[in-house]
Amino acid sequence: MPVLRPRSVDHLLELLADTPDVSVLAGGTDMMVEINLHGRRPGTVLPIGSLEELREWEHQRRAGTVTIGAAVPYADMETGELAELVPALAQAARTVGSPQIRAAGTIGGNLGTCSPAGDILPVLSALDAVIHVLHRDHSRDVHFSDFMTGVKRNSLRPGEFVHSVTVPVTRGWQGYAKVGTRNAMVISTASACLVHDAVEGHVALALGAVAPTIVRASRAEAWLSKQIDLRGSFSVSVETAQEFGRRAASETSPISDHRSTADYRRHAVSVLARRLLERSAA
Amino acid sequence: MTRHSDSANESYRLNVNGSDREVTDAWVGESLLYVLRERLGLPGAKGACEQGECGSCTVIMDDRAVCSCLVLAASATESRILTVESLGDDGRLSDVQQAFLDAGGVQCGFCTPGFIVAVHHLLDRNPQPDDEEIKEALSGNICRCTGYGRILEAVKVVARGRTHGGAA
Repeated sequence: MPVLRPRSVDHLLELLADTPDVSVLAGGTDMMVEINLHGRRPGTVLPIGSLEELREWEHQRRAGTVTIGAAVPYADMETGELAELVPALAQAARTVGSPQIRAAGTIGGNLGTCSPAGDILPVLSALDAVIHVLHRDHSRDVHFSDFMTGVKRNSLRPGEFVHSVTVPVTRGWQGYAKVGTRNAMVISTASACLVHDAVEGHVALALGAVAPTIVRASRAEAWLSKQIDLRGSFSVSVETAQEFGRRAASETSPISDHRSTADYRRHAVSVLARRLLERSAA
Repeated sequence: MTRHSDSANESYRLNVNGSDREVTDAWVGESLLYVLRERLGLPGAKGACEQGECGSCTVIMDDRAVCSCLVLAASATESRILTVESLGDDGRLSDVQQAFLDAGGVQCGFCTPGFIVAVHHLLDRNPQPDDEEIKEALSGNICRCTGYGRILEAVKVVARGRTHGGAA
């Protein structure tokens, strides 16, 4: 039977382990384009969207975390309580495609495809998200930095799938920004997510579409911590913000392609980093 | 389908416009758009970009407006699907369809079914949208004829009509 119909997550794991060359289908917004336009011929398809457990998210108040099921669509992140708990995720979700795409596309699908331009991946990077990976015979928690391994590549092994993602609820400003050729329906030319941890006194900056994987600008982050006391609210000079952007851009390795040039991407991402830092200080 | 003889075929049931419809011997990779148009005799949803950019194929699936070209039909067996054909009563136009005609929001008409579905979906959830909300809700539907001004006007006419007693 080429389309499998899992009745539960346990059943899904059985099917995954027992079926060679199975394609896990989340929202379909990537796989269907490959089928419609690029000649992909799916063998066996395993849709996960009908499993209620994967369409839910939960706030663990005591732990100060939020866990989001793989089949939660972008539309559910845009507004409401989840958007208040993780504002950068909401901002990134709002920039994805159109309302129709956001109603279908999911966090699990974004991780499964693992495009460098995936809009919520910089948010997961900046928040040091943990990906909960399940297999019939084992489970493992993978840090985002170990999950994405290259352009449309991740560290999932045969029989494994992304069940859910956990991110911390942070104290401090967080935001996402991207550059593209128009305001709606646009794939990122360059993107950035900045998370200010006002308790620890640290700023995390993740950059998208400027390297084979999402880049954490860890040297720029460390440099900034030496310039400013980042505990609580802080202020930043124009010169420091600009230098932060320059340093962040120097940690990227963009390419020139049909969407932009490497030089422009480097420039754009330095501007995004500067702006986000200024917003977090305002 | 000889075109796809390399893959095993599927038979399944879809719930479309309130009826269970049998789909037999279909290639597994067929989109919901293809199945609606070519197998179920529902050509209202239009196919253009086949990649979720244009919105011409918009349908309602489980109370969400989605691009039917991006739905694997065989995966939608547990969903309730509503197409543009389900709107309006007894062959009469819905208030949104009539307002599009009156306002000049229809020119070549190719994008119109997708817009009609998206506008019904918007107004069902938000009866009094402001201009920004209308533009955002329709940002996934592309029209190359009208310039959108008359479409925007049609939406506002319906919103006013529904609020002031229904008859638009």
